[in-house]
Amino acid sequence: MISSLTAEGLACARGDRVLFEGLSFRLERGRALALEGANGAGKTSLLRLIAGFLAPKSGHLLLVTDQGESDDGEERGKHIGWLGHQDGLKPQLTVREQLSFFAALYRGQADCDAALDEVGLARQKHFPCRFLSAGQKRRLALARLMLSRRPLWLLDEPLAALDGEGEALVRRLMTRHCESGGLLVAATHAPLGVPAIRL
Amino acid sequence: MSAFTALLARDLRLSARSGGGAALALGFFALVATLVPLGIGADLKVLARVAGGVLWVAAVLAALLSLDRLFQGDFEDGSLDVIALSPLSLESVSLAKMLAHFLSTGLPLTLTSPLLALLFNLPATPTLVLFLSLLIGTPAVSAVGAIGASLTLSLKRGGLILPLIILPLLAPAVIFGSGAVSAALDGMASDGLWLLLAFSAAACLLSPFAAAASVRLNLGG
Repeated sequence: MISSLTAEGLACARGDRVLFEGLSFRLERGRALALEGANGAGKTSLLRLIAGFLAPKSGHLLLVTDQGESDDGEERGKHIGWLGHQDGLKPQLTVREQLSFFAALYRGQADCDAALDEVGLARQKHFPCRFLSAGQKRRLALARLMLSRRPLWLLDEPLAALDGEGEALVRRLMTRHCESGGLLVAATHAPLGVPAIRL
Repeated sequence: MSAFTALLARDLRLSARSGGGAALALGFFALVATLVPLGIGADLKVLARVAGGVLWVAAVLAALLSLDRLFQGDFEDGSLDVIALSPLSLESVSLAKMLAHFLSTGLPLTLTSPLLALLFNLPATPTLVLFLSLLIGTPAVSAVGAIGASLTLSLKRGGLILPLIILPLLAPAVIFGSGAVSAALDGMASDGLWLLLAFSAAACLLSPFAAAASVRLNLGG
């Protein structure tokens, strides 16, 4: 379990361009952080920084867990559930194949059918992903996020492409995640609809 | 199913379905091997003499066709991010992808090579040596190729640069492999297969680390 994620004086640069500097926040367990900002402000870069894909230009990120403290990006990655702005799905694979692959990759066994039921894709289980709409692909990516069972969720525009019912689903999943002691950081334009610290 | 076998099975499944390129490589290999005898003519001695070299070069080029997509597809659609955050290390991810590439291209190429050797009038013993050399050598093609694929994964049309990076590195495999076939044709003893085995083992051991380092670099870029 994660007890907190702290950023101190974080700066991020892509090439010569500094996206942000002096960024500090502290996120306790069960809390959500909403990243709001103009296009190109560095929301996605901050998510990639937290995930450990990018190294900060200066400052550091500290993750406190049961096992102790760590500021290593790769170590942090093992706690992260990722919903990028791309869904990461293969058009040739069916919905079910896709999900059971990721479930096996993350933790061996999982109840894929229940997860598909929850996101409303039970009927499309045997469809190849190329037949899914953008919103349905997003729902499948959400099912994958759920099955990852990771305590720190990083969400890039979680509400994109979803209909009203889909947005309600995202809010339900986020609320449940926070109530069970998880943390989440979401880059968003629309209001998240869950209690969140705004940055 | 373990994470490693899950990734391996998924990559094999993708390579078998549309756009996967496994059948493409096999078709390319067979066509090149059929065209060369037509171009050289019916001098059986000459054909047998060039068989090892031609089939080896054709196999390397055929394997190249699907190599550029080894990491690129997953990088472009965002799956590589999700895979990178999984419990599987990037070294294991690279190894699984290499193995999937070998099983979907190198192995089928190896299995069809005795048939294509017939077109070159290659006698039985050199054909067996050719088969063994491809069996030992094509894993090295996938391994060295994975390094190239990981370096070019974020480049649009990276497939065009890929051959320039990996073909020079694969020269030893072509030399040892076709050399062993030539020696067998002359009835001489040769260390070609052993040297090839050493090259292949070194490539397979080292390249997961090189490929993983390069993927890490690209994920941050």
